[in-house]
Amino acid sequence: MTLEKTAPVAVPPRRRRVGPIVALSVLLGATIASVMIGSNHVDPPDIWRALTAYDGSATDRIIVDLRIPRTAAVIVVGIGVGLAGALIQALTRNPLGDPGILGVNAGASLFVTVGVAFGAATPLDYLPLAFLGALVVIAAVGIIGSAGRGGPDPVRLTLSGAALSAVFLGITTGLTLLDPVTFAHLRSWTAGSVVERGWDVVLPVIPFVAIGVAIALAASRSLTMLGLGDDLARSLGTRPVLVRILSIAAITLLAGSATAVAGPIGFLGLAVPHVARWLVGPDQKRIFVLTMVLAPAFLLLSDIVARVVLWPAEVPVGVVTAFLGAPVLIVLVRRARASTL
Amino acid sequence: MTDTAVAHFVLRAGGLSTRVQRRSLTVGVVLAAVTAALAVTALGLGDLRLTPAEVVTALLDPSGGIEGTVVVDWRLPRVLGAVVFGAALGVSGAVFQSLTRNPLASPDVIGLTSGSYAGGLIAIILFGAGAGSLPVAAGSIAGGLGAAALVYALAYRRGIQGFRLIVVGIAVSAVFAALSTYLLLRTRVEIAMTASIWGTGSLTSVGWAQLGPAVAVIVASSLVLALLARPMRQLELGDDSARALGTSVERSRLSLVAFAVALTAAVTAVAGPIAFVSLAAPQIARRLTRSAGVPLATSAVVGAAGLLGSDLVAQHVLPTPLPVGVVTVVVGGIYLVGLLIHEARRLP
Repeated sequence: MTLEKTAPVAVPPRRRRVGPIVALSVLLGATIASVMIGSNHVDPPDIWRALTAYDGSATDRIIVDLRIPRTAAVIVVGIGVGLAGALIQALTRNPLGDPGILGVNAGASLFVTVGVAFGAATPLDYLPLAFLGALVVIAAVGIIGSAGRGGPDPVRLTLSGAALSAVFLGITTGLTLLDPVTFAHLRSWTAGSVVERGWDVVLPVIPFVAIGVAIALAASRSLTMLGLGDDLARSLGTRPVLVRILSIAAITLLAGSATAVAGPIGFLGLAVPHVARWLVGPDQKRIFVLTMVLAPAFLLLSDIVARVVLWPAEVPVGVVTAFLGAPVLIVLVRRARASTL
Repeated sequence: MTDTAVAHFVLRAGGLSTRVQRRSLTVGVVLAAVTAALAVTALGLGDLRLTPAEVVTALLDPSGGIEGTVVVDWRLPRVLGAVVFGAALGVSGAVFQSLTRNPLASPDVIGLTSGSYAGGLIAIILFGAGAGSLPVAAGSIAGGLGAAALVYALAYRRGIQGFRLIVVGIAVSAVFAALSTYLLLRTRVEIAMTASIWGTGSLTSVGWAQLGPAVAVIVASSLVLALLARPMRQLELGDDSARALGTSVERSRLSLVAFAVALTAAVTAVAGPIAFVSLAAPQIARRLTRSAGVPLATSAVVGAAGLLGSDLVAQHVLPTPLPVGVVTVVVGGIYLVGLLIHEARRLP
C-alpha cells in the first residue's frame, strides 16, 4: 500500500511568513512558563532575583539548579526526537515515521538497561549504549520493513517497529524485575521522564545533538530531491546511498541522545514534522528548522502538563506525549486513500 | 488422495453434529498430552519438589498430608489458570483473526487488551477491589468492549480495512497505556504496587477464589463461540456469500466480537494483560493443522500449552521468578517479527 503524499499545493505566503514567528513565540513562552511553573510556587520577582543574584537559598536552587537545567534538557530532547522523526519521514517517505513508533527509542532503552546491569551508571556511559541500540533497531526495522518486493512500506515499518518495541520493552521490564535494586533509579527513566535532569546529564549530549543537527541540515537539500524519486535525484547530482547513510547516522545521534537523557518518548517525532510541513511546504530544510522550534515547544508544554496534572506529584512526560500524539497517528492513517490501505 | 475417505470423522450428539479432520484430531490429542505433561511438571516444581507419581497421588487423594495441600491448594489453581486462560486467549485471537481475515489483528495488537486493563484499573481504584474480583471483571469487560467500539469507529472509513484497523489499534493501545500509567501514578502506593504486578501479566495471584468466576465466564463464552463457529466460517467467505448461505451477518459478527472480548477481558481481569498469546496461538494452530481457516479448538489447545509452558519458564527456568507476561511478550514479539517478514515475502 502507499499512503497519500502531502499534496504539493503551494503554502499560502502569509502562513509561510507568520508560521515561524508564531512557532518561535510559542517556544519562548513555553520556555518561560517551564521555568515559572512547578510543584513549588515561586513568585516572578524571586525568579528574577534567582537569575540575577544567586545566593543559594531554597528558591534560588529550585530555579537555577532544577528548573533551568530541566528546561534545557527538554529542549535538547525535543530537538533530538522531533528532528529524528522529520528525518525518518523524509528518508522513508513515510508519513508514519517516528523514533518512538519505529522502536528506535525502545531499542536504545534496552541497550542502556543491559549496560546498567553491567555497571553503567552515568549518562556518559548511557550515551554509546543508546547510540548502539538506536542503530541496531534502525537496521532491523529497515530490513524487516523492506523485506517484501516494492521497497519499504509505511504500515509494515510501523508494525515491525511496534513488534520490536514490544519485545525490547518486555526484555527491559524483565531485566528491571530481575534485579530491582540495581534498576531502582532506572524506573522513572524507562517511562520517558525528565525529572531531576541536571547539567551533568544535559551538557554531555549537546555536542552529539549538534552534530546530528548539522548532518540533517547538510543533507536536507538532497533529501528534498530524494522526495522526487531516486532516479530524478541522481540526475540532479544527489548521491542517494551517501544521503541515506548520513541520515541514518543523524537519526542515531539524535534519537540516541534524546533517549539517553529522557528515556523513550513516543509520538513527538510523528506529529511535529507534519505541522511544520503544513506551515512551510515540502522543502526539507525549512521543515527541519521549524521542527527544531516546534518540537521543543510541544515537549515543554507537555512537560508543563506533566507537572501540573497531578500537582504536586508528576507524571512522566512520555505519558503526556503518547496521550496527545497517538490520536495524530489515527488521523494520519485515516487520511490515507481507502483504495490502497 | 487415497485417504480422503478417512481424512475426517463426523461426531453427532443429538441434533448437533460436527466434522473433525483426522489431522486436527491428532494435533489436538498430541497437544493435550503435552499440556498434561507440562501441568504435572509444573505441579511438581517449587520449594517442595515432587515426582510425577507423587503429584498424581496427591491429585487423586488431596487430603493426604502436606503434598496434597501444596499440589491442590497452592499449585493447582495457577496451573489450571494457565491452561484455561491460555485456551481463552487462543480462541479469542482466532475469532478476531478470522473476522478481520488478518493474522495480525489479535486483541492484544489492536488495543483491546490494554482497554481491558485500563477498565480493570479504574475498577480497582474506584472500588478498592483486588484482581479477579467482580468489579474488576466488569471493568475489564467494559474497557475491552469500549476499546473494540473505539477502534472500530476510528478505523471505519468506507468499510474496515485490515491494516488501517491495526495501526488505529496500535494508537488506541498507546492512549490506553498512557491512561493506565496516569491512573497508577495517582492512586495510593499500596494499590499501585498490586496493580502494577497485575499490569505485566502475572499468574502469581491466581487462587481458587479468583479462578471460579473467570472460568465460568470463559466456559460460557467458549460454548457460545462454539455454536457460532459455523457462521464464523461462512463470514470468512465474505459478507455476501455468508448472507446467501442464510447467515445474519451483522448479528453474528457482533456476537462473535462480544464473546471474544469477554474471553480476553475475563483473563485480563484475573491475570492482567498477557501479550501475544492470542496473536501467536491461532497462527501456530493453523500451520499445525494445515487448515484453510483459523481453527478454534486447536487454537485453544495451542494457547493452553503455550501459556503453561511460558509460565514454567517464567517461574522455574529464569534465575528470579518473573511475570509470565514478560516471557510471552518476548517470545510472541519475536514470532510477530517473523510473521511480518513472512507476510512481506508473500504479498506483492
